[in-house]
Amino acid sequence: MIKTLAKSVREYKKPAILSPILVSCEVILECLLPFVMASMIDEMDGTSMRPIIKYGIILIVLAMLSLYFGYAAASAAATAATGFAENLRKDLFYKVQDYGFADIDSFSTSSLVTRLTTDVANVQNAFQMIIRGVVRAPLMLVFSIVMSMMINVKMSFIFIAIMPVLGIALFMIFKVVYPIFKRIFKKYDALNNSVQENVAGIRVVKSFVRERYEAQKFNAASEDVRAEFTRAEKIIAFNNPIMVLCMYTAMFLVSFLGAKLIINTRGSEFTTGELSSLTAYGVQILMAMMVFSMMFVMCSIASEAANRIAEVLCHESTLTSPENGVTEVPDGSITFDHVSFKYSERSKKYALADINVEIKSGETIGIVGGTGSSKSSLIQLIPRLYDVSEGRVLVGGRDVREYDLVKLRDEVAVVLQKNVLFAGTIKENLRWGDPNASDEELERVCKLAQADEFIRQFPDGYDTRIEQGGTNVSGGQKQRLTIARALLKKPKILILDDSTSAVDTRTDALIRKAFAEEIPDTTKLIIAQRMSSVEHADKIIVLDGGKIAEVGTHEELMAAGGIYRETYDSQTRGREVAS
Amino acid sequence: MSARMMSRGPRTMRAPGPGGMGIKKGTFKRLLKFVTGKYGGRLAVVMLCVVISALAGMVSTMFLQQLIDDVIMPVVDKGEPFAKDTFNGLLGAMVVLYGMGVVAAFFQTRILAVVTQGTLKALRDDMFDKMQTLPIRYFDTHAHGDIMSTYTNDVDTVRQLIGQSIPTLIQSILTVGTMFFMMIFYSLWMTLGVIVFLVIMSVVIKKFAGASAKYMMAQQRALATCEGYMEEILEGQKVVKVFNHEELSKERFDELNEELFNHGRLANKYGNILMPILHNLGNIMYVALAVLGGLLITFHVPNIGLRGVKPVEVGVVITFLGMCRHLAQTVGQSSMQVNMIAMGLAGASRCFELIDQEPEQDAGYVTLVNVTKDVDGTIHESDKLTGLWAWKHPHTADGTITYTELKGDCVLEHVDFGYTEDKMVLHDISLFAKPGEKIAFVGATGAGKTTITNLINRFYDIPDGKIRYDGININKIKKPDLRKALGVVLQDVNLFTGTVMDNIRYGRLDATDEECIQAAKLANADDFITRLPDGYDTMLTGNGASLSQGQRQLISIARAAVANPPIMILDEATSSIDTRTEAMVQEGMDNLMKGRTVFVIAHRLSTVRNSDAIMVLDHGKIIERGNHDDLIAQKGTYYKLYTGAFELD
Repeated sequence: MIKTLAKSVREYKKPAILSPILVSCEVILECLLPFVMASMIDEMDGTSMRPIIKYGIILIVLAMLSLYFGYAAASAAATAATGFAENLRKDLFYKVQDYGFADIDSFSTSSLVTRLTTDVANVQNAFQMIIRGVVRAPLMLVFSIVMSMMINVKMSFIFIAIMPVLGIALFMIFKVVYPIFKRIFKKYDALNNSVQENVAGIRVVKSFVRERYEAQKFNAASEDVRAEFTRAEKIIAFNNPIMVLCMYTAMFLVSFLGAKLIINTRGSEFTTGELSSLTAYGVQILMAMMVFSMMFVMCSIASEAANRIAEVLCHESTLTSPENGVTEVPDGSITFDHVSFKYSERSKKYALADINVEIKSGETIGIVGGTGSSKSSLIQLIPRLYDVSEGRVLVGGRDVREYDLVKLRDEVAVVLQKNVLFAGTIKENLRWGDPNASDEELERVCKLAQADEFIRQFPDGYDTRIEQGGTNVSGGQKQRLTIARALLKKPKILILDDSTSAVDTRTDALIRKAFAEEIPDTTKLIIAQRMSSVEHADKIIVLDGGKIAEVGTHEELMAAGGIYRETYDSQTRGREVAS
Repeated sequence: MSARMMSRGPRTMRAPGPGGMGIKKGTFKRLLKFVTGKYGGRLAVVMLCVVISALAGMVSTMFLQQLIDDVIMPVVDKGEPFAKDTFNGLLGAMVVLYGMGVVAAFFQTRILAVVTQGTLKALRDDMFDKMQTLPIRYFDTHAHGDIMSTYTNDVDTVRQLIGQSIPTLIQSILTVGTMFFMMIFYSLWMTLGVIVFLVIMSVVIKKFAGASAKYMMAQQRALATCEGYMEEILEGQKVVKVFNHEELSKERFDELNEELFNHGRLANKYGNILMPILHNLGNIMYVALAVLGGLLITFHVPNIGLRGVKPVEVGVVITFLGMCRHLAQTVGQSSMQVNMIAMGLAGASRCFELIDQEPEQDAGYVTLVNVTKDVDGTIHESDKLTGLWAWKHPHTADGTITYTELKGDCVLEHVDFGYTEDKMVLHDISLFAKPGEKIAFVGATGAGKTTITNLINRFYDIPDGKIRYDGININKIKKPDLRKALGVVLQDVNLFTGTVMDNIRYGRLDATDEECIQAAKLANADDFITRLPDGYDTMLTGNGASLSQGQRQLISIARAAVANPPIMILDEATSSIDTRTEAMVQEGMDNLMKGRTVFVIAHRLSTVRNSDAIMVLDHGKIIERGNHDDLIAQKGTYYKLYTGAFELD
């Protein structure tokens, strides 16, 4: 996991390595300064300014150096950490761009978003702390221990004896609390989710007069969170007194034994000056231990985030473009040859089973069937959004897996059922289909998709801004814009996956008419709930439970009296009575 | 609603809330009052502990000095006998004081945990309780993400403030104060020197903290933009793939990512840099004080201190230098808290802002009560569930009470309304719904259909007398009672985390399981619910994410059915569901409408057709009204809608 993530350091390797080096210099200076200060005090006798000037200059030079190193280290660490995060985001984002539909499904969008945002932020923080603290804490620890041993080996054993006690105590606390915290964070998330739910459903709450009920529910949940947090924090609260206890014990022992030693040896083995320095180093040793334990905690929290990131980075897309793939799609004919398909290798059930269909270039095909009949699965195999499990799909007489992926998808335009518009103007959104399209070209496709009229009614016309998620246009308008966007690709095959459901029947008919007249050579596949949308197709495929139940023209299917007939009748009954 | 808010917990890097770093005046005082109100006693104990900890920390260094001065030096330097009693006395005092320090540290952190978490709970509860009383207007005019951020980010900064920043700051102030006192005790001149440096330090802190806050804000903005873009692209990832738009989205991403890096680098640099600067300023102060001390000694300047006027001694200078180091460290540590405190107070400001919001006004006094009815038609109030309801109308003028039977008669007279004063949405709307009638609203997006329903259940208020319910001005009816009499099925279905049964029972909390199942059957939902893995006990999370759109609608219909109100507002869903489910939803709706006064915002022709009255709305005006046959005969807008020439939306 660390190896995977380390690859993202790249050009920031220099500051990442420099940072601990600079910090080491800073630490060394920090440890030297008290030495010089002690020397100055020792030589200060009130008779001359010389020692003060001499050591003063040394101190100021050291302080300046320390300032420089401190500044440089801070700067390097900031560059390295933010740069690392930048690369990590980039690697993740690029990786996801290369994912196939199946890969996106397996991670789920919301989980990917969390990995790219929260998890990266956590890792960035931990990384910065590591490169700044990875040498500081141990160096301080080692230096302080060495110094105290130099002063007096026997006395320094006091610290060496207390260190593991503190270490074990801190570790134990962490071990007890960590799982509790993991559980609490889930509860805390649930609490926040309940606020989210309440805010989103406030109309329901108010309509049913459930304000009191909701408040009681929330108060109970928040009490739960409070109780759990308090419990965990009370355990964490041992940290501080244990640290203080260790420190005071050390101080006491040093004072007690030190004083005895000085008195017994009449100051020959141990001096009062040494006693003072020793206590100072003792404090430093224990503080370094504390920082150490904190780093440990931070790292274990970040390691989970790091794992989640590594998962994305290590995941290899199952669907890749072939090397030297065919770049010419000869025509818009489609053949399904004994195609079976399931979404995951593990799933037992096939979404599509043994599908055989011949579609000629330029034909209009209607696809109907109930929810879960795998209509969308069927058409997603054509532009290789998923790969077949068995059999093969041919476009223009060739297996889709032989084509260069970009070329194939350029020639097969799909208007997805769950479609989105992006923040930006209408023009910008449309040009997703063809970045170089002229304004006239945009207008042409919008007229085809029956979108031109309503776009012109907007105050800013084609320059109207679409909000993120397309929330400021109606469902029907959104669908027509996405159709126009797909048309701009001038594809050989155009697939509409339930893309006119929110469009009125008349407009729907106009779109189909425009298709027939303006792009007769394009193969058109139309999935619809509304029978009137497919009624005039050259061929209608009726799917049921992942199998082809019926195929034929409207007349043939009506005569056959199967599922198609039944659905058609149920939909038209009301209308006939009315008119 | 972004998927992010649904899925994530507290975030480590957070964007400043809508108000930026704005801190309202008096926030600190108010927060203090908020904490002391409930935990005054405990907080006092915590403060006492903080004082003891601080003292123990400071005095401990003095003990050593005293040990050296009073016990060791006499033996080593002057050859005096070992003063065992003094030694033991000092050590004893040390043990006692250290013991107190440890105990204080223990209780300080433990009690503080209780106080902090208790305060946060109280704050959350107050916010949520208040939020429940706020008018719909509040939710319509505030981004939901911002409201959420108050509960997550802002409450979190308050935790940091109470649990860490303030105690640290108090401890620092205590330490600095005590040291100051001791400094003056030793030497006034040297103290003045220290003051000069402290002023320099505070200027540096202010400057760097200000710059750091500025860069931090810039970073958070860049972060929000970059993450917003990532989220948008990831959510539309499949569309990106279909359009081979990967490379272009990478390009845009790179720009934003680069920008975030530039801002982030600066923000982090300034965050990291303050410590080394203060640290070395402390070192320079050390040298400057040494020089000052040396000069004072050399020129025999008389020292002024609380001990009187004497020439400056070497010992005084040395003690001073020791304190000076400690002081610089303390200031350095507390400087880290400055930003935290500013952020915490800004967060607290926003929490209080929510708590201070004006609640929904309700001057109504007419209530809905259970009644029994005699043969002659007189109505008596009953405390039992009779199934018969009436409006209880007390008349203040003569002290009498009248009862009006709840029937579901609803009248709108010349209603004009706008969400803001300068933009009217409804113009002169009048309509009369007799009990049991079905009124349909038809029209394009923005024609004002939803606005009318917002007025009927008083989500938004209008002047007196414009809307009457069973002949009573609805402004006189208490809002909760009014809303109990009105059921709604909204276009966007909102389900709550809980079982299917819980969600249905939401309509009437005291409904039995049988009644809920009955309602589900009426709504045509029983069939699919029983086929769910755990039937009615199936857990729903994330707004019923595991269910299809149609199934969620069926549950929301069942929820309304169990409430069994005399008037229903139905806002049909526009989203496409498959034919079979649509038929079931339709049937469920039809069942629900039977015997009730119904206002329906229609998206389906079949719903509209059998309405008693159809209102065709256009830009807030009723342009056509009548039943289906009338309107078809008129060959106006409705006719065009019906024949499919216009979109229904």
